[in-house]
Formats: sequence, structure tokens, C-alpha cells
Amino acid sequence: MPRQRITIKDHTAEANLFARRAFIAMIIVGVMLTVLISNLYYLQVTRHEDYQTRSNGNRIKVLPVAPNRGLIYDRNGTLLAENRPVFSLEVVPEDVEDLDATLAQLQQLLNISDEEIADFHKNLKRQRRFKPVSLRNRLQPTEVAIFSANQHKFSGVSVEARLTRHYPYGDVLTHVLGYVARINKKDLQKLAEADLEANYAATHDIGKQGVEKYHEARLHGEVGYQEVEVNSKGRIIRTLNFSPPVPGEDVVLNIDVRLQMEIQQALEGYRGSVVALDPRSGGVLALYSNPSYDPNLFVHGISSKNYRALLDSRNRPLINRATQGQYPPASTVKPLLALAGLDAGVITPDTSMMDYGRYQLKNVNHVWRDWQPWGHGKVNVTKAIEVSCDTFFYDLAYRLGIDRMNEAMTPFGFGDYTGIDLYEESDGNMPSRGWKRARFNQPWYIGDTIPVGIGQSFWTATPLQLAQAISILANRGEHFIPQIRRGSIVNDEVIIDEPKRRPPIVLQNESNWDVVLDAMYGTVNREHGGARKAFQGTTYISAGKTGTAQLFSIGQDEEYEEENVAEHLRDNAMYVGYAPYDDPEIVVAVALENAGGGGKNAAPIARRVMDYYFKDRTDMVQRDATQNGPEDSVN
Amino acid sequence: MLRTKLEPNKQSLLNKIHIDGYLLLGLLALMGVGLVTIYAAGGQDWHLIQRQLIRLGVAMAVMLTLAQIPPMAYQRLSIYFYVVGVLMLVGVLAFGVVGKGAQRWLDLGVFRFQPSEIMKLAVPMMVAWYIARFNLPPRTYHIFVGFVLVSVPTLLIAKQPDLGTSLLIASSGIFVLFLAGMRWKLIGIIAGLGSAFVPIMWFYLMQDYQKQRVITFMNPESDPLGAGYHIIQSKIAIGSGGLEGKGWLQGTQSQLEFLPERHTDFIFAVFSEEFGLIGVLGLLAIYAFIITRGLLIAMRAQEAYTKLLAGSITLTFFVYVFVNMGMVSGILPVVGVPLPLVSYGGTSMVTLLAGFGILMAISTQKRLLSR
Repeated sequence: MPRQRITIKDHTAEANLFARRAFIAMIIVGVMLTVLISNLYYLQVTRHEDYQTRSNGNRIKVLPVAPNRGLIYDRNGTLLAENRPVFSLEVVPEDVEDLDATLAQLQQLLNISDEEIADFHKNLKRQRRFKPVSLRNRLQPTEVAIFSANQHKFSGVSVEARLTRHYPYGDVLTHVLGYVARINKKDLQKLAEADLEANYAATHDIGKQGVEKYHEARLHGEVGYQEVEVNSKGRIIRTLNFSPPVPGEDVVLNIDVRLQMEIQQALEGYRGSVVALDPRSGGVLALYSNPSYDPNLFVHGISSKNYRALLDSRNRPLINRATQGQYPPASTVKPLLALAGLDAGVITPDTSMMDYGRYQLKNVNHVWRDWQPWGHGKVNVTKAIEVSCDTFFYDLAYRLGIDRMNEAMTPFGFGDYTGIDLYEESDGNMPSRGWKRARFNQPWYIGDTIPVGIGQSFWTATPLQLAQAISILANRGEHFIPQIRRGSIVNDEVIIDEPKRRPPIVLQNESNWDVVLDAMYGTVNREHGGARKAFQGTTYISAGKTGTAQLFSIGQDEEYEEENVAEHLRDNAMYVGYAPYDDPEIVVAVALENAGGGGKNAAPIARRVMDYYFKDRTDMVQRDATQNGPEDSVN
Repeated sequence: MLRTKLEPNKQSLLNKIHIDGYLLLGLLALMGVGLVTIYAAGGQDWHLIQRQLIRLGVAMAVMLTLAQIPPMAYQRLSIYFYVVGVLMLVGVLAFGVVGKGAQRWLDLGVFRFQPSEIMKLAVPMMVAWYIARFNLPPRTYHIFVGFVLVSVPTLLIAKQPDLGTSLLIASSGIFVLFLAGMRWKLIGIIAGLGSAFVPIMWFYLMQDYQKQRVITFMNPESDPLGAGYHIIQSKIAIGSGGLEGKGWLQGTQSQLEFLPERHTDFIFAVFSEEFGLIGVLGLLAIYAFIITRGLLIAMRAQEAYTKLLAGSITLTFFVYVFVNMGMVSGILPVVGVPLPLVSYGGTSMVTLLAGFGILMAISTQKRLLSR
């Protein structure tokens, strides 16, 4: 074979050629390995830290953990707002083998409506497959039990617990506590402005009203963080680090829930409100507005039907009448005006006049009438307060003039926010020349001045403002800002806050306090006193002042409804008072819309409040025994 | 002979059963690394290990069987192998089974079969047989014929499309021509023609997904969650492994499933993450050892045919390693080439060990006559 011969001949040369080529190949292999190795060196050594960081960024996620909201107690330690677990049925779509079959079975087991299924499908589209989607939000305990017994049949379905707010006293404290509800877009915007977004990263609800809103910062607490390792699908594999959230402050209120309940019963059937303050600190013992509503409805998202009903109700349950209802104070402010007159020197305790039931000014056609058509006869300041003589105060208003009245009443808090720890507050109106000019572009007329003497003529005040003013009076000038929150629980100990003050009222003559307070004593305790009947036989001695305001309903924008006209035209019944007379512990203000006379309707409610407050007290002296306690000066 | 003196006596036992001890050692080391890494990459699944062990067993049996066949038999069978292989490739294009967007399998009723795997051996055998018929270095005409022999199956496979395999087959043929002593001038011309071929490839042969791979390779960060995801996560895995690695089973990129195709094509990233640059250098040392041994066998082979075939098989093996590591570490575009003997997977493993079986046959079966 010729080929073979040639092959044999060239064998060595071929072998050498091959060896050279193999050697070159070896060198090329070496070069390429060097390229590989230098690239790996670059990745693993030069840029190691960079890739280490990115690797950790891949696997480590920081999840916020919501803090438990602080609890709210009343002054006696009764729990007013608590956190209760609610159970929701959640489905992780990825872990469910046959979603439709599972849903059908669950529907049968737990009576889930087609609507809920439709909602579920809607939410399902928005979520990633491995994230839980809620099928039913508030499971009843029986439903939890039924599901738990059958859980083994449903992989990927579980019952999850979350804490939500619950108000065990329901509508008793609505206007005090307010409520929490789901954080909405507006809340988020506010949180962003306050740079608090991070702190609310895991929080579900936020205070919307009342104490829950005002003390949100205390109650919320600090968000915690859970550092978790996740896989590429975002599922948590394990927890690496946990910095627990700091729970919110447990808050103690000045409110006495039993007193609050007593007031609710007393106001049954009325549109009105009651405020009870502790004049020694400004503490709000009770603050109730009727009608009320159940705040728990809002926590879980109120149905639009229920919300409409509340919103459209003629009785306006959503309004806090105690702090937002602006009523003409009527005769309840007569003691304050008397004090202004005495201290300005326009009257003395002995100044007296004859009241024939009408008041007229020279050259003015208008006649101002007393509530008692035939008048009260000879009255001095004490009697004028006790019998609530209008004529005396028309004259006093005339003598003082609007400027001095405004100047004297402003320190009592009229026309300004009290500073109570609620955002739902109105400032009322203490009229003045400047106010009228600004409001109506009209000058102040003398005809405007006269009715200010009996707490009317543009003068409006909230029941809380009235209570505050009477509190200042009972304190002889000392001014505490009304506070609902009493303090907080720190390390199982109640830390009571210092009362908040405003500058006290200092009179030219301190004895003027006595004149006015004595007249208020007389209103309740003396023969012709306007509130005598209502307070007969109390175990404590109180002082007060009635008021009956001409129609002025809080809803100024209300539509005219014929069938309600009669009721709407009726007077508002007002009462302010305090007890015990010699060492005041409680101030009560009552305002009832369209209820009629204050002495007849409002005073008995104030008495019921005071009776309840003193019911267990043995240190109170019988009224009869101290009939002559204060100077019995009938002039 | 000097050479026989150097070969230790204990090898003669292995020699009798036609096993090359050095190669076997290197291959076993690689398989060991592979099993350890598959265990980590596959989420500690014993099932995977068992299946890989069965595959390794089958492949080893094939290797040992092929090692018993005398090299002359391969030489004689080359042309039949090649012709049958090409016919089957045509068959694949005509009646093949589609899987993973490519038409690679021939369904023979009993089992599915990938004819391109046969070509990995048939092409170098055919080219070596053809070139070895003439004096070395080959003439230009022979080189041309050699290129035609390479191109036909390469293009058929590229059409399937299977870029990785066609690349491996083309290189296995070209290696034969190179080792045969193809002139440098000609190499230059062909390299020039080859670069001219690139646009033709791009516009006529490459599928959209392959083009996407190349685009992604140029700039993986342009699409970090889409096409670039593989390569970015792979580089993060390698880079975060550092010098010493995160430790076995401690690689977060792989254990937490950020890394795609962990136990198959991207197993090198898992290995790099858990064993670091030190481990990688060790792995490369094993590969270098096997390649050196292979080239040594080629140089010691007696016939031109066996020299060329052994050299080509060895260098193609290196191409596997280089292309896989290159794509996983981001210096080459992603083409589906496994890390030889380490990646989990069947067909290519059998072909690879079949190649080593032929190498062993060449290494251990020598005709005394030619010396």
C-alpha cells in the first residue's frame, strides 16, 4: 500500500509537527486559562465587597413591625380602649393546588358570600402569588373553630390574627375617645409632612377623632424592625435580627366612665351635652354629647349605608355638642358680668334698681323685656343673679359698654379655644366692635350692647367654655385648661401630669368674688333662687346659675322643616354650677337644645350629675345643717 | 525505550484493562466535585444525587467499553459514523421533536436521542481520518475538504438551533486541522473569512433568543430582571464568594434560589460562591491536569489519526470548560454549554466520557510493530 509507505517515511516529521502544534495548543490553553482566572480574580477579589453587598441586598429584607397601641383607662383604672385580636381568613395563592375548588369548599364551610369571593378575586390580581390575600376579614370565633378543625384540608389557607381597637363602652365615650380607623391617603400625606411615614410603615389604623387623634403620638409607639432573609421569590426563610417595636403609652384619663354613663342615661331623649370639670386641675370628669354613636363601627370600616344614616340624622350625632355646639350662654353668664360690673366700679354690692319688667333707653324706641313680665321689684346684684333679673343686667350692660364687657369676658375664655386635648372644638364668639365690623361690615349699636347683658346678641359659647368660665369663677380667678388626659402609665405607675394653667384673673377688689359666688349659692339655696327646686335635699351644697336661651339651634345651616318648627322654636335649657360650695370639686355645665327653661330642665340633670359624683361621700354636710353657712344676705 | 522505563509497573495492571490511571483519577476528582456541588445547588436533594450517580455509572461503563476497542477500529468506522450522524441530523430537521424551543431530539420510539451528541465524536473522527490519509501538513485542498466536513453538521446543528453544540463540533473539527499542521497563512485567511461569516450568522442563522443572549452579554445591566438576570445573579454569586467562599451549603445566591439553572449550566457560580477563588483554582487545576494528560496521550500516540483524534478530543474538552466558565463569569455570551462532568445532566456526560474512553484506548492500546 503506497499510502502506508509514505506515512511511515514521514512519521518522525509528522510527530514533530504534531508535537509543535500540540505545544502551541497548550500555550493557547494556558493563555485562555489565565484570562479566565484573571476575570475570576477581578470578580472575587477586586470587586468582592461590591458583590458581597449586592448579595446581601438580594437576600436581606427589613420588615417593619407595628407597635401595640397604648391602652386608655379612665381615672379609676377602667379600660376604655383595648386592643383585641381579630381573625381573618387568608389565602396564599401559590400554596393552593386548586384555587377554585378550595374557594368552593371554603364557601360551603364558612358560608362565604359570592360578593366576598368576587372581592377576593379582585384583590388576588393586585397581589403577588406568594403574598396572602384575605378572603374574610372578621371571622367569628365559631368560624375560627370550624376552620381550625378542617384546616388540614386546606393547604395555603390560614387564619391570621391582628390586633385592632375595641371600645368596650361603645357610644358612652365616643366624643371623648374618638376612634381609630384605617390610614387613608390624607393621613399618609400628613404623616409624610411630619416625617413619620417610617414609624407607620406597619401600622394599620390611626386616630381619627377625639383622644385617639389628639394623643396619637403618645398612643402609637415606635415601629420595630425584623431583618429577614428572603429567597428569590420574596418568601421569608428566617429571621436574622429583631428589634422589637416600642408599644404606645398607656394613657389615663380624668374621665370617670361611671359618671359618663350616668350622664348618658340622664340625657336620654335630649339633644344636648354635659361637661363636668374638676376646677382644681381642669380635669374633665365627664364630657358627653347626646345622641352618640358606636365608634366600633368606624374601626372596621363603617358601611356607607350606616355612615349616611349618621351623617343625615337630624340629631347630628357626629357633632360633639359639648365642644362644638355653640349656644348663646344666656343667663348663665350673669354672674360673670356682675363681677365685671363690680370690679369696674359701675355697680356696688348695694347698687339697686326697680325692675318693672321692662328696660328702655332715652331716645331709643326699643323696649327690652324681663323674662318675668311684671318684673322683680327692687333688685340688687345678688338678687338679680338669684332670680335671674334681666332688667338689672340690661342696665349693667349699658353702663359697662361692649368694650369693657369684651375685655372682662375674654379672660374667662370666651371667644377662644379652651385648649382641651381634642381637635373637635369650636371657639364660640365673644362679640366686639371689631368683630361686628369684620363680620357684617356694620358699626356696633347700643342696641347690640343691651342683650349682651343677658348672654345673647352674637354671644355664643360651647358648654365646655361655660364650664371653664364657671371653673375660673369658682377658683376665684385661677385658670386651668380643661384636660381629658390625666397622665400616663410609665413602668406600671400612673404618672399624673401637672395641670396646665393660663394667667389667673386678678380683681381690683378680691371681695367681689364673694359677692358673685354668694349670689350663685343663693340661686340654688335661697328661697327665690332659680335652681332651688332642682337642688332640694342634696347631701352637698352647690352653687349655680340657670339659663334659658332664645332659639338658636346649633345647626345654622339646617333646612326649614315644617313638622319640626315647633320643637325648633323652643328655648335651649342651660345650667352651670359647682359643688361643694365652699371647696369646689366639680363644675357642671348642661346645655339642652329646645328643651325649655334651664331651671326646670337643665338644673335637674346637673343635680343628677352632682348627686352621682357625691353619692359615696360621707364627708358632705347635710344641706339643712349648713343653711346659714355662707352669709345669708338678703338685701 | 526511554518512555517504557518511565512508565511505572503498577500501571501495567490498569493498562491490561485499558484504563489510563491519570485520566481516571482526574475524571473521578471532577465527578466528586460535581456531586458535592449538585448536592448544594439542588437544595440538598438526594434524589438528584442518585440520578446523577446512575448517569455517571452508565457513562463510566460506556467509557470503559470504548477503551477496549482498538484505535484502528475507530479509524475504520469513522466514515460510517459520520455519514449516519449527518443523515440523522437531517432527520432531526425533518421529523425531530421540539423541546425548549429547539428541534434537537430524534424520537426513536424507545428513547429520545440527540444526534448532535454523536457528531461531537464523529466530526473529529471523520476529519482526522480524512486528513491522516495524506502526508502532514495537509495541503490547502485537503483543508478545504476538511472544512466542508466540519461545516455540514455544524450548520445543521446551528439550524436546530443549538449554538453551543455547533460551536463545540466546529471547534473539534478545526482542532484536527490545526493539529495536523494547517499553515498559519491559511489560518489567517480562514480567521478573516470567519469574521466575515459573523454577520451572516447574525442575520440568517441565529434565532431571536440567541441574539438576545448576545445583546444581554454586551450589557447585562440593561435588563436586570429579564434577560440580564441570569448573568447578573451569576456574577453576584461568584463575586460574593470572595477568596475563600461562603462555605459548602452556605451560598445564599444558590440556597435562596436567586441563581437560575443552579445545578446545570450555572453550577460553576454555585461552586465559586461556596468555595471561593481558592476552590476555583483547585477546580481549574484538575481540568488543567486532565487536559495536559490528554495532550500527552496525543503526543505519544503512534498514528497520525490517533494523535489528531486524541488532541481534538482533549482540546474540545477544554473548550467546554472555557465556554462554560466564560459565560457564567460574564466574559462570553450565554450559550447552553454545561461544565463538563460537574454539571447535572445526561447526554453530554455520556458523550464526554465516551471521548475519554477513546482517549484511553489510544493511550493503552499500542502496536509494538510501529515502534
